[in-house]
Amino acid sequence: MTERMEQVTIPAGQLRRWRTPQEVAALAQRARRREVLTQTMIYALLTLISLPIVVPYLWLVAAAFSERVSYGIIPSGFTLNNWRFLWVANLGFVSGTAGRLPNIWQVVANSLVLAVGTAAIVVVVSTLAGYFISRHGFSRRAGFLKGALALQAFPGITLLVALFILLRSLNLLNSMLGVILVIAALHLPFALFVMKGFFDGIPWDIEMSALIDGASRLRAWYTVLLPQARNGIAAVAMFSFLWGWTDYIYVLTFVLRRSSWTMALYLNSVIGEYRFADYGLMAAVGVFYMIPSLLFFLFTQRQLLQITLGGTKA
Amino acid sequence: MLLLFLGPFVLLTVLFFVMPAIITAFLALTNLDAAFQGTYVGLDNFRGLFADPLLPRVLLNTVVYVFFTLICFNTGLGLVLALLTTHIPDRVGTVFRAIWLLPRLTPMVVYGLLWLWFVDPTKYGMLNTARSWFGLAPLDLISASPWLVIVLVNGFIGASLGMVILTSAIKSVPDDYVRAARVDGASSLAIVRHVILPLIRWPLTFVLVNQTLALLTSYEYILLVTGGGPFYDTTVYALYVFRRAIQNGDYGYGAALAFILVVVGAVAALSYWRLLNFERMISAPKIEAD
Repeated sequence: MTERMEQVTIPAGQLRRWRTPQEVAALAQRARRREVLTQTMIYALLTLISLPIVVPYLWLVAAAFSERVSYGIIPSGFTLNNWRFLWVANLGFVSGTAGRLPNIWQVVANSLVLAVGTAAIVVVVSTLAGYFISRHGFSRRAGFLKGALALQAFPGITLLVALFILLRSLNLLNSMLGVILVIAALHLPFALFVMKGFFDGIPWDIEMSALIDGASRLRAWYTVLLPQARNGIAAVAMFSFLWGWTDYIYVLTFVLRRSSWTMALYLNSVIGEYRFADYGLMAAVGVFYMIPSLLFFLFTQRQLLQITLGGTKA
Repeated sequence: MLLLFLGPFVLLTVLFFVMPAIITAFLALTNLDAAFQGTYVGLDNFRGLFADPLLPRVLLNTVVYVFFTLICFNTGLGLVLALLTTHIPDRVGTVFRAIWLLPRLTPMVVYGLLWLWFVDPTKYGMLNTARSWFGLAPLDLISASPWLVIVLVNGFIGASLGMVILTSAIKSVPDDYVRAARVDGASSLAIVRHVILPLIRWPLTFVLVNQTLALLTSYEYILLVTGGGPFYDTTVYALYVFRRAIQNGDYGYGAALAFILVVVGAVAALSYWRLLNFERMISAPKIEAD
């Protein structure tokens, strides 16, 4: 660097001259202009690469409520006919005699049982364990945490074959209880660390003062700590509800009976039967299925975007 | 007290993590079939791996799929999104990040449907609608380049985790460093290269390791969009396990295949003890009343 600088010849007289205010202003303006240009380019680039996500969702909503969609996302002819699966009982298949789609409300009820059941188990079990692991010392505590951490990182999906055999031998295949237990158990380690984090965040002083006032540990837990951890409980409840609601692989594997179908299997079957025939119907079922996820997304995206390392899983 | 609070957790995780892992190992030593008939066959299943004519293809698929999705999307695009959205006013950046988070929260069958429409081989799909504007004939992208499709399908979901983690990492880079570099005349690219990247090396490593494992074991979107086809062309290892064991009923052989993934998963999971700040997490509780 220094060698090259020596070779630069600076005209005599300009060597010690300060920049004039005009020159400074021009420089600043040039920098601002370059910044505006950079920002514009970033916006353009982000918009461009986000289009493959935005367009399909726009199409989904447009197609669900219209007779035709042109240019990908421009709807024409408003109709509710695509939503007929909600009121036409036993909507028939287009082809074959393979059977009929189960009643949608039966399917919704199954999905709700799965989602609420999963949420209930995950919330209760992870709140109990999360509190205990956060606030109590016991021998093997480090070992327990190590084990739970490894389980949290372990891909439970690799156990699918064995889980199938296990549920079959417990006579839980085809029952919602089997799927609930599997989904809940495989997500428990993650929920445990979320709840532990929330209990860790409650100041010790609060619990201390309850204990000094004569409360037992148990009483201090449910009168003082539990209300403080309600945000964590709500977060775990919503997450685990959606794990149950959106699950595909486990219900596909463990639920074979048509009467136990969930929304995932229902939509999958609609896609299989109507794929090239009726995109409107498929889109409407898709929008209907997405409602809980969409609500969750709208209300929590700000918090979701602030997840940092330590409480994450793919 | 200990039993009441930790008992349910231990019971469920032992029953649905530990037991299945053991069952996988035992099943792998049998030839249990679709009729649930099987006997002990020793290591025959593992010897069979070497004679499986489909396996080399499947392994190659897995390497290609994991490599391209990981590098181009889950880490590459995740990093680009994090850098771009932190370089513009945060309110706008949040909107773009929210858009990229949407696929991850969408039920996977709905997400699969969006892609089935996008690449629909008839003129009704988005891709062929766009092609018709340029006078091009409809294209069946799933048959023409199935690889591109499954990398895109997984990539557009996969980028978000890296994006979220790396965004918070970039935001925690002290402002002084960036300003100091800027005063010294560094361009935005130089700041990224010499200031930000070295400071987020650790979260970047985490994303890389975490997403490798996630890609290696997940197959639900491939199953939804291509079903692993045409033939076995887009069948990756984890999907191969599913197809052999669950769809074909070769539970014994499928368990042998799965056993390898279980071992890989376990080794990776144990390496997390090093990756995550474990010492801080186990800091002892302050009340020792028991």
